[in-house]
Parts: sequence; structure tokens; C-alpha cells
Amino acid sequence: MAAAATCGAGAGSPGSVAAAVDRSSATSFQRKGPRAGGADGGGPRLVSIAGTRPSVRNGQLLVSTGLPALDQLLGGGLAVGTVLLIEEDKYNIYSPLLFKYFLAEGIVSGHTLLVASAREHPAGILQELPAPLLDDSYEKEFDEDGCNHKTPDSSMKMKIAWRYQLLPKMEAGPVSSSRFGHYYDTSKKIPQELLRTAKWHGFFLPERISPPLTVEPCHLTHGYMKLLEFIKKIVSEEGVDGSHPQKKTKNILRIGIQSLGSPLWGDDACCAEACDDSHSLTKFLYVLRGLVRASLSACLVTVPAHLIQNKAITARVTSLSDTVVGLESFVGSERETNPLYKDYHGLIHIRQIPRLNNLICDESDVKDLAFKLKRKLFTIERLHLPPDLSDTVSRESKQDVAVPAPRPGRGCSGLAEGEKHLDF
Amino acid sequence: MFPELNNLLNITPDKVEQGKLTLLCDAKTDGSFLVHHFLSFFLKAKCKVCFVALVQSFSHYNIVGQKLGVSLTTAWERGQLVFLEALKTSLDIFFQTPAGPHPLQFLREASARNLQPLYAFVQEALKPEDGGEATWRHPVLLVDDLSVLLSLGVRAVAVLDFIHYCRATVCTELKGNLVALVHDSGDAADEENDLLVSGLSHQSHLILRAEGLATGFCKDVHGQLKVLWRRPSQAAAQRDRSLTYQYKIQDKTVSFFAKGLSPAVL
Repeated sequence: MAAAATCGAGAGSPGSVAAAVDRSSATSFQRKGPRAGGADGGGPRLVSIAGTRPSVRNGQLLVSTGLPALDQLLGGGLAVGTVLLIEEDKYNIYSPLLFKYFLAEGIVSGHTLLVASAREHPAGILQELPAPLLDDSYEKEFDEDGCNHKTPDSSMKMKIAWRYQLLPKMEAGPVSSSRFGHYYDTSKKIPQELLRTAKWHGFFLPERISPPLTVEPCHLTHGYMKLLEFIKKIVSEEGVDGSHPQKKTKNILRIGIQSLGSPLWGDDACCAEACDDSHSLTKFLYVLRGLVRASLSACLVTVPAHLIQNKAITARVTSLSDTVVGLESFVGSERETNPLYKDYHGLIHIRQIPRLNNLICDESDVKDLAFKLKRKLFTIERLHLPPDLSDTVSRESKQDVAVPAPRPGRGCSGLAEGEKHLDF
Repeated sequence: MFPELNNLLNITPDKVEQGKLTLLCDAKTDGSFLVHHFLSFFLKAKCKVCFVALVQSFSHYNIVGQKLGVSLTTAWERGQLVFLEALKTSLDIFFQTPAGPHPLQFLREASARNLQPLYAFVQEALKPEDGGEATWRHPVLLVDDLSVLLSLGVRAVAVLDFIHYCRATVCTELKGNLVALVHDSGDAADEENDLLVSGLSHQSHLILRAEGLATGFCKDVHGQLKVLWRRPSQAAAQRDRSLTYQYKIQDKTVSFFAKGLSPAVL
């Protein structure tokens, strides 16, 4: 009992002393942190929100991008309160997928969504979301992806190691929303019942702009102004802004903005190299950053970076976002038919990773990454060149193509200029 | 603050040259570690600091500051630190018309002519207290970072004017220091930004330029730092002395070493 008294002295509450008595036989070391045992009655110190987890490095709350491979590259996930910018690929084939993954992950985790677009109606976007892979079928689908896949009849189940059938299934529910990051089947649509439970707000630009365009002397493009006001309204309605006392149930707001900066938003950054209001996009991103930082929300923006004529704007847009990921598909380029790249559909560039609460950032060592859209899954892999099986050095244009495109991102400069120069 | 950087620059919190403009510049890398260094350095030197933070939130600077051994909250409570958290205050001015003059007034203007309200804010923050002996040593203005102002629609000339006014007030009149960070856009051909960088380089007394390695990403060497002193008073041979070091950022400090002498290589 003496041991128990010394153990429990630090904690102070009667419940914890009782807990200490229980454990006193085992060890005299005690965790000072939140106690898992029910004796305390108090909940854990950190309020846990479904679909989030704290970062190991900086303690920031992370949400999944809906693509576990991308989460891993970004240092565990997307930090709440930051903006992830996706540079769209040239024909906009693969970037909508990332956009949909992000939203689908929000629905599965029970987060509130805010979908903004100038091209498609948000309700339409939500209908097109991919179906989450259920936990019991996930392994099977993942393995058999690409092969001839047939759902076996339940009566014809092959029985290998039948004794395991008696074991209780760990996650029996339809989809476990507690897990962080899910896989999605792009060939199937999200089930309607799941969609009905989702809470979402849509912003469709053509609906929001009043027909007689009353051009008031505004310091920002009209569409951007409307969207910022809408986001601010939703943030305060949902109670996710940190400045005001929160509602009982904390939740995450996921903001997805499609093709920001495209001419449909009324922005002429794509049309002319020297335009009058070239600051609209950057100003929008700055205020958006302010809004997101002050609330429990995570934002994903896709930008048609290849359309923006003025490269200065691209550089400023990059520095005003937190995480920047560029997609470069092979479609339409000569790499599509190059045997070196036959296994992949494009390259993915991690251009910027934020330094949050920290001097350093979680940068992965691997810089050469490629993506592939399988029949059901979008995968990110390390770029490998296939083995050269010929006897002679016959691979043409090896020098030209094998060097990845120069990456203007921070910390990784183009390789071409380094050919003569050696740093060490 | 990073002791190794202090050694390179030959400064200590007790011995600071007053009346200087230090320009921090980063190209193809993130130079924010320099801002954290100078923030903690001047707070430890017991200077009165006005920090115009345009890119990050207060908590970010505070948590990094704690790793470097200073508490921004304490400094703020004691009146040593005046913190302008632009990300937060920009929301107030952006969505509603302010009652009075606001330091970030330019956000509401289509093409901002000048940064006069921001200058007024700095002037007010660093105004010497009248009566009694001063609690803090000379004032310091720290800006992170000036390139963001360009993104918000301010012309480069207006930013240069702002810095010139601040120099006149902070450096000359109050015998304080001014430290500002800019991004060098490199090959992005950002004319406004190039004008800003060259204009500031011309005025500053000390330039610290962090660059990403030309050969690309490396796990053990994060970049190189060029130190350029511009001292008109010294002998011609010593005048524009320039040094280059490579650095590695660690969890709580930054280690500097001569080019090619990274511990990982040797």
C-alpha cells in the first residue's frame, strides 16, 4: 500500500489512487499522461475527432488526403489548418481523382464538406465520388486488382485454414470511420446511403453571381470575393472557427476548390501574361490561408498551373500555399510511348512541404515518384526504370528522357545545371 | 538563436551593432530559419521587438521560439514584443470596413499606393517610452516576409518606400536594427520581386542569402548560406567581404560548415 501511495501521489484524484492500487503489484512506474483505464472517468486530454490523428513530429492534427500513399509522402497527412495545392495535369485527367479522394475521405470520416466549383455542380461532383473499399473485401480487391476479378459466391467459398473462420472479425462494420485513410474503388460510385448521411455545402459559381453583374469597385475578382464570403459564413455556422467557443461535437470542415484560377472564375491570370488584376489569385489564397488557419478545416485546391502564363504568379501561388503537389501526366507527351515509362501514367512532384511549428519539415528522401491509375486504384510508386535486357547499349534517348523534368520547387533544383557543378 | 550563426557573424546578444539593415534572402529554399534566429536573438538581447508576421500564425513562431529558448507569450506580456499577426487581422479588415486606420489597409484597395498605415503602426510600436529609464534596449523591426506584400497587390516601389521610412525612423533616429526577409524568385522572371530584391540589397549593410543546392536535394546538406558584409567604413580589401557556408537544419539548431565539409561526407 505504501508503494501505491507514492505512485498515486502525483495524480491526485481519488480515482487514480484506486487505479494505482490495482496496478501496484506490477510496477512502480506510472504514466503521467491521460489514463486509459475507466477508473478515472475523465476522457482523454485530446479531444479525438473521427478521421484525424496527431502528427508525431509537430503535434499538429492531421487528416488524410484520401490517398494513404500521398499521406505518407506529406509527412503523415494533411495538417488541419493548412492548404494543399494540387497543380493539375495537362488534360485534367488525374487531378479530379485526387480531388474526389479528398472529398470521399471526408464523407467516410464524417467530416463536413464544402465543395466549390465554377465548372461542375457540387451535387454532381459528390455523385461521382469513388466507393470506399470495405475492410473485409479490401485485401482481396487490393491483391486482385488488375487480374480477372470475380466475386466468388458465398456458398463456394474456398476454405483454407478453416479454423480462422471462428475468430471474431476485428472490424465488422460496413466502413470503420475510425481508421485514418481509406482506399477507394474508382470503378464504383459511392453508395447513396453513405452520401445521404454526409453533410455538405456547395458553391457553384454561376448560381451565385447575380445576372446583372453589378461591378462595384472591388479589390478582388467578383467570384473570389463571393467564395471567400461563403467560406467565412460556413466556417462560423459550422462552429469550426477556433476563435469562438466550440459546439459540443468538434468536427473538421474539408474545403475543396476545383480549378481555381481558371478563366471560369473570372480570373484573367490564364489569359494574359501581363494582366491588370494579377493579384487576385494570390490575394484570395492569402485570405483563404488566414481563414483556414483560424479554424478546424483543411483545404484542397486544384489549380491549372500550366495555363497560368505569368510564371511569376505561379511562384507566388506556391509560396502562399502550404503543401504543393504537382501532377504531370504522360498523356499527349512523347513519354507516353517511351518504353522506359510504360509502367506509369505520370510523374508526381512534391514541390513544397510546410514547416509547421518546426524548423525542419518531413521531407521524404525519394524525389522520383510516379503514379499509375490501375483499374480500381490510384497508386503512387517510386519511379523505377525497367531493366535493360538488350546486349548492346541500344536504348535510345536514354539521356534525354531518363532525367526527370527540372523541378523548380524549393530545395530541388534542375539537374541540368548541376551537370558541371559539384557542391561536394 | 543558433550559436554557430552568431559565431559566423561575430555577434552576441550582448554585442550588437546598432543602426543596421540586415537583409535575409532565400532562393530555391526556405529561409524562415533565419527569421527564427533573429527573433530569438533580439528577444534574448533584451531589445524591444516589433515583429510584422505576414506568413505564419503566432503559435507557429511561439512554438519554434520555445525550441530556441524564448517565449513569445512572455515577451508579449512584458511589452517587449509587439506582434502583428497579419493572417488573423487581415480577416477583420477584409470582410468589414474598419472604423479607423488599420495597418493592413492596403488589402482593401485595388492597387495600393503606399504602406503608410503599416509604417504608422511600426512607428507607434517602437516609439520610445517617455519618462523613466527604458526597460528595453534599442528597438528592432523584423518583417517576415516582404515578398508577400507584392502578392497582396502592393507595388515594389511602395515596399521600398516603406523600408526607407522604417530605416530613417528605426535605424537612424532610434539607433535600432531592421531585419527583413525576401524571397528571390530566381528564374521565375518576377520583375517586381527582382526590383525589390536588388533595391533592398543596395540599401542593406549585411545580406544573408540562403540558397538551395544547385545539384539538388540532399539529406545532409540543406543549402548554402552566403554572408555578404557591405561596410563603407572599412578598408577596401575588407569591404565587400563574402563568405559561403553550407548548413544543415536540425531539430533545434542549425549547423554550419565549410563547403564540402559536411560530416556526412567526411
